[in-house]
Order: sequence, then C-alpha cells, then structure tokens
Amino acid sequence: MTAPAVANAALDETAVALPSQEPARVARDSRPLRLITCGSVDDGKSTLIGRLLWDTKAVKEDQAASLQRDSSGKQNDLGLPDFALLLDGLQAEREQGITIDVAYRYFSTDKRSFIVADTPGHEQYTRNMATGASTADLAVLLVDARVGLLEQTRRHATIATLMGIRQFVLAVNKVDLTNYDRSRFEQISHEFKELALSLGVRQVTAIPVSALKGENVVYDGRTSMPWYDGPTLIQVLELATTRSAQTVGFRLPVQRVSRPGESFRGYQGTVAGGSVKPGDSVVILPSGMVANVTKIVTFDLVRNAAVAGDAITLVLDRQVDVSRGDMIVAIDSQPMTGLAFDAQLVALQPEGIQPGKRYWLKSGSRRQRVQVQPVSQLELKSGKWNHADELPMNAIGKVHLTFDEQAIFDTYEQNRTTGAFILIDPDTNNTVAGGMITARRATIGGIHAEEHRVIMSLPADLADQLMATEIFANRREDVDIRRVNAAKAIEVIDAIDD
Amino acid sequence: MPHTHPETELHNPQSTKPPLDPHLKALENEAIHIFREVAAEFERPVMLYSIGKDSSVLLHLARKAFYPGRVPFPLLHVDTGWKFREMIAFRDAMVEKYDLDLVVHTNPRGAAENITPFTHGSALYTDIMKTEALRQALDAGQYDAAFGGARRDEEASRAKERIYSFRTPDHRWDPRNQRPELWNLYNGMIRRGESVRAFPLSNWTEVDIWRYIQAEEIPIVPLYFAEKRPIVERDGMMILAEDPRLELLPGEAKREEVIRFRTLGCFPLTGAIRSSATTLDDIISELETATVSERQGRAIDRDQAGSMEKKKREGYF
Repeated sequence: MTAPAVANAALDETAVALPSQEPARVARDSRPLRLITCGSVDDGKSTLIGRLLWDTKAVKEDQAASLQRDSSGKQNDLGLPDFALLLDGLQAEREQGITIDVAYRYFSTDKRSFIVADTPGHEQYTRNMATGASTADLAVLLVDARVGLLEQTRRHATIATLMGIRQFVLAVNKVDLTNYDRSRFEQISHEFKELALSLGVRQVTAIPVSALKGENVVYDGRTSMPWYDGPTLIQVLELATTRSAQTVGFRLPVQRVSRPGESFRGYQGTVAGGSVKPGDSVVILPSGMVANVTKIVTFDLVRNAAVAGDAITLVLDRQVDVSRGDMIVAIDSQPMTGLAFDAQLVALQPEGIQPGKRYWLKSGSRRQRVQVQPVSQLELKSGKWNHADELPMNAIGKVHLTFDEQAIFDTYEQNRTTGAFILIDPDTNNTVAGGMITARRATIGGIHAEEHRVIMSLPADLADQLMATEIFANRREDVDIRRVNAAKAIEVIDAIDD
Repeated sequence: MPHTHPETELHNPQSTKPPLDPHLKALENEAIHIFREVAAEFERPVMLYSIGKDSSVLLHLARKAFYPGRVPFPLLHVDTGWKFREMIAFRDAMVEKYDLDLVVHTNPRGAAENITPFTHGSALYTDIMKTEALRQALDAGQYDAAFGGARRDEEASRAKERIYSFRTPDHRWDPRNQRPELWNLYNGMIRRGESVRAFPLSNWTEVDIWRYIQAEEIPIVPLYFAEKRPIVERDGMMILAEDPRLELLPGEAKREEVIRFRTLGCFPLTGAIRSSATTLDDIISELETATVSERQGRAIDRDQAGSMEKKKREGYF
C-alpha cells in the first residue's frame, strides 16, 4: 500500500510550527490524580470508594436503582445500599463478597478529577494490587480501627513504596465501631507512621473514617469526632501532587519506525523522560550512533519541542539504523547500558521466580532474554532482607539480571518508565513479575564485580561444596555464588581465559 | 490565522484550535502509545468500528498515531443489519474521506433463520448477531489483536478490563485470571489462535469523549444531536420509528418528539432521550447535569444482573 502523496508533502522542510494560542476554555488545569486503595480483606475498601462515588455524585440514578435492587436484604441501618456492589462488578466477586481484580473508577470534584484503582485485599491477589500501584500517585491504606495494622498492611505499604509511591493516606476505618476512640486512632496512626518512616515515606496523613456513615470521607465527621480537626479524605486527595517530573535527560524508546513513503522516515514513541527540540544531538542505543533531531512530527503540527509523556514521531538528520526496541537519548545524559543489572521485583504468579530460568524481559519497547538469579527476599514483619534462592508468589525480592545482549536502563529512582520492567514466562506467556532497576553491575568476563562483592558462577555441586566450607562462611559478605550447570560454568571459565 | 503552507492547511484543518487541556492531552498520549504498541507487536491487528462516538474518537486517535502514514490495519464493522440508517451512511463517508480499509461482516445465520430483535428477544439476538458474528469475523480475518472503544466507566465488568485483554482461541475472557498489567508495559505475547483485545480508551469517561470530540472537531453521527424525529414508546424506551421493519404493536402509535441519542447500537434496542441539545456545548452541559448513566438506554444491559460480563466471557466486546 502506498501513502497518499500529500502526506509527505505536509512534511516539507519549510513547514513551521504555528504559534500556540492561549486556551480559550480549559475546564481542568491538572492531570487526574491516580490513587489506589489497599488494605486487608474486610477493611472496607469497596465501601470507602462506593462512599466517595456516592458523595461526589458519581453514581447515577439508574445505577443507584439497580444497586438498591441488587443489595436487597443487605441494606445497612442507614438505608443506604451495599456500596461494595458498585465496585465488585464480577459475578464471582458478588457471590463471594470479595474483590478479585482491580476496578478502575472515575470521579471528580469541582477542583480535580480522579482515577481510583480499587485493589483486592486477599494475599492471593497481590498481583492485582501491584498492577494498581504501578501507575498510582498516592495510596490510601485502610485499617480496621478495631483490628489495627496487619501483615497485609505492611505488604501493601511496602509494595506501594517499591513502586515509587511517596504519598500515603492512612484511613482508620470503622471508627464508629470503637465509639470514636481517639486514643485507639492515635495509637494506630503512630504505628503506621513508624512503618512508613522505615520505608522512607514521610508524607503520611492519618484520618479517622467511617466509610459506611460517610464521616471524614467527603463530609467532615466533627459531630462524632470533635477531637479530629484534620482534613477529610477528599481534601487530601484534592491537594496531592501527581508524579514528579523525571530528572534524567531525554529518553525515547522507539516503538515503531514510520516509513509511509521513500521521503519520510520517522521514529515513533512516547517521550519517557526529559525533553527534546529540533537541533538537539542524540545518541541511538545500543548502537551508540549519534545524530541530530531535525523535526518533531505530530498529527496537528510540526512542533517546537516535546516533553515527557508526549507521543511523537522524531525525524533525524541522517540515515541511521534504528529499530523497535532501540532508545534515542540525550547525548549529554545517557542511561546505563550493560549485560548485568540489579533489581527489586514482586513475584506475581503461583510458580514464583525460579533461579537461573530464562525469562523474557520487557522494558519500554525493548524485549530481550534475561536470566534471573534471586538474591534475597524481604521479610515483611521485620523488614529484613533474607538470603533466598528462589522467590515464591507475592514475594518481594532482590535479584540479579543477566542479559545475552546489551540492556538499557535508568534506575527506577531516576525514571519510573525506563527503570521499570516486566518478566514474561516463555512457557506460559504470562506476566510473572514486575521489577524495578536499582543499579548496573560491572562485568568482568563471567565474574561480576559489584562494589566489594564478587559473584562466581559454578556448577551446582561445586557451588554447594564451596558454600558449605568455613572459608565461604567467613566471606559471605564478599562473595556471591551462583549455581549453574556444568556447560555454563565451562563457558564462563573460557570467557575468563580469553 | 493565515496558513502559509497549503499542506499544513490540508493536514491541520483544526490548526486554529487552542491546545488540548493537559487532562485530554494525557489521555490522547496514552491512547496513541497503545495503538503503536499493538501495531508493532501483533501480526494482524484490526479495529472494531461500531460507528458510535467512541468509535469516532478511536478512529481519530488511530489516524493521529500513525500519521503521516495511513492507518495500518483494517476497520471491522459487525453489522447486525439493524443499525440506524444514518450510521451506515456515516460509516461509508468516513471510509471514503480517510482512505480506510473496511471489512463488514453479518452473521449469515441471521438472514437464514430470520433472527430479529423483535422475534427472538434482545438476549438471543445479541448473542447471534453480535457475539457470534464477531467471533466469525475475527476467525475469518485471523486477527491476533482487535482494538475496541470500550471504556471502564461504562459498566461494572468493563471497569475490570485490562488495556490488553487476553482471549483464548475460542475468544473467551477469564476475568478471574487476567494477566497483571503494570505501568504501561503491555504483554503482547500469545500463542497461535489466541488473541488480545486492546482498549486505548480504557481511562476515558463519557465527558472526556465529548470534550475531546469538541476540542478536536471530530465528525459524529447526527443522531447524537437533538431534532424532531418519529418515535414509538415501547418497554419504557423511545425507539426511533423510521425503519419500515418496525411493526407497531396493538396500542402503539408513532409520534414526533425532539430527541437525541446518548449511545448508538441497534435501533430497536436503543432508547432515545428527550433533549434539546443541538450543539456539542449543549450536549456537554446536559451531560454534566445528567442524573442517569449512559447505558441506561441500552436494553441488552438489562437482560439480567451481570449480563455484560456473561456476554464478554463468551466473546462479546
């Protein structure tokens, strides 16, 4: 198929950007806040979101009517319907009265719009909680005032932190069932703040809430809780900030090459960090070739500049070999490239993460084979990282990633797009983990040196023997031993000999 | 504003528009990203085109995603044979105007067995003429990815959909066992015969759709605007009485009303609303004060509790 001639003509060298005008009518001036609600089963998450939707008038009359119908017999003493039914839209969820999968809901106030991911409380569905957390700006953690913090609270707070969420709201729910006991609320808030602090989170707002009665959700609960003079939940949400801008330089993972005709060649993708303008020098990774940007093309205009988040088409000043999976980056601020990286990940499937298994790793538009070696697993109760050879489902672990060909990453801390990845099991094609890059590992032949630690790849039996020795016990902090099969070990030794 | 380049004028018919507000811009960027990702990772994508407002936005975003190239996949319209006449005319005009490849499929069983929404009821009719027809069309085209315009704010089971929604070789959706979907890293790996439904408009709401249509001046079927039209009242719905196949039941009478449609499907199953909204501004302000949801006028959602989920499990969009 050939492109219409006009398409190329529109990209004439002389085409210029039209001056942008002041917006005539902009109803909202900020992006929606994305939040997740999490907590343990029966903490009342669905009820809380139902209440948010109800009190912000996001529930329409026909939906309310069918809700009243569906919740017949389940009405509470306030004459309100069972809010959870607004969220738990799947038949199985209704039958079992639990949330299985993430539900995304949309509501707005005069000040702002919101996308809320209602995530499941059951440990078995942690993967769906991680799904919701990966794109959220803020986490609302629910705790039942009568029960206090649970392991699930710790798990969810930890995953949310790992995923880069830095704003927490602790909603101490069901305060009405504790007779609005102030000291109970303060005790739970204190415990949670300690936990948050240990996770490196400083922005925590604790609110005593009755989701059922709507106290301190959208309307304040001053009548019942004169001792609380802090904000309501909606007030906190309206003032929260969206994800901070990426700090590293320009990044464009190339999604596809656009060649509608002989005269046009553009690289399409979404800017994953920094900004770009015509005239900028860029490097194409992994090849390392250098080029200059001549044009930024979008449907509406040939643009003067593009920033993080923009879906664009980039035109370069020379014929270079660029394909899907490559990354076009700023010449003066490049990401890390290499064959070995350190990462943290959350195991999402029943089979866990198996040592030495080769997975597909997808990051940006790049998909490549990777070998994953678990190093340690986080013990949620103590916050300690314990040595681990494999990671079961729902585990949070540290791993080593080893690639066959150059990988390109920033750390997740620096860039939430170019520092994140998923692992896909080649046997099932399922997504088995979500991960975040923490550092690059230097490689010397088959031995990787990472600060003071040395990683050795040995045949399994030899590795076991060595690890049983006293010498190794004394060197644990310095040496990491990886079990591999004999063939791989010989390969490694050959590589060192070279 | 003067246009110095005729090409610019051709391709930027809306160049005097103000820039999109950041909220709509973010939704647009996300949708374009999804379009490009699917086009790059799948061998035979197709876009479901139902001619409604969401389809119109979807088509506009597809054109933006691949510009200056052509939309690199066909559009598929599953035609039940009971669409509003104006929808079919609009569809053909769009295909012509934007140089699109269109595939139209109607379930041959519908004609052979004379399946109609009147004689067989909305549930069976929808199952045969929409769900079964869609499966036939997807199989015939061997499509491994199908774009749809579904939004999570439409209905409770749609709120649970991933952006990439995995389907087994017999088009089944298992809502209890969906692939995790983290960040904007979509997993497009499938085996032969399996497929993915991709929903670039997942995070849009009804108001977003209308505000975007307005901002981008996207053409839509005129039935969305209020006008005096002939209607019949049936099962609490106002049905458009233009098609000669609509037989009046005892006690029914045609009358004229100023109405419009908030959502468009098959004419016998889609209820009109009383409205005087003749412009996009009117529609948006009507919507902002609406007390009922968009799908309230759709008979197929009301067959039974959870009926959308059931249909989706079986392969409906």
